[in-house]
Amino acid sequence: MNQILFFAGLREQAGEESIELDVNGRSIGELKQTLSSRYAIDKVKESMAAVNEEFVQDEEIIKEGDTIAFIPPVSGG
Amino acid sequence: MGKNYWISDKPLVIQEVVDLVTRRNAGAINTFIGTVREFTKGKRTLYLEYEAYKAMAEKKLEEIGHEIKEKWPEAETAIAHRVGRLEITDIAVVIAVSTPHRADSYEASRYAIERIKEIVPIWKKEHWEDGEHWIGDQKETKQGIPAKGDASK
Repeated sequence: MNQILFFAGLREQAGEESIELDVNGRSIGELKQTLSSRYAIDKVKESMAAVNEEFVQDEEIIKEGDTIAFIPPVSGG
Repeated sequence: MGKNYWISDKPLVIQEVVDLVTRRNAGAINTFIGTVREFTKGKRTLYLEYEAYKAMAEKKLEEIGHEIKEKWPEAETAIAHRVGRLEITDIAVVIAVSTPHRADSYEASRYAIERIKEIVPIWKKEHWEDGEHWIGDQKETKQGIPAKGDASK
């Protein structure tokens, strides 16, 4: 199982701070596709992704137990 | 405190950040204090809400500290960023950098704030009299088409 985290505008679009999905073996790009087409969370397309708190590319393959976070464009400072 | 990089939902105390980089071989301590501005291009902000992916944000702040150490080996850095609801004039971020000589402290401090705006997972939501908007999400989602609220970015 994998925990998927949403923040800021993406959290509001998802209506949840996090969801659980089994996406072991899938790529981040595939997960973005699923979230946007099946769950209508299309802001993931403009978001960066992090696995276990490190930024990753769309090609990254998700492993069992990984925590995936989608990071919309940041605006700290 | 125990660490030099943190996210807090409490008001930031500038002196606490400065104390973390105070040392005998420093000839300069540069502090940057980011505050909540009321007017942006004529549009009035009522208050801001900051949100962070806390664990990752603290890691990324620390990573900025490591980057500074590579560029300015004698620098010591501490950074605190606040989350939650912030009123006008409240402090959102405090950066303190100490170095033996002043030029490096200015440069490293500037580097830190620019990197925060690139790699640290923190977001702010502007609340105006006529609406609200997460800042940072319009540039990519509405290419070439100014979204509502863009003028105030």
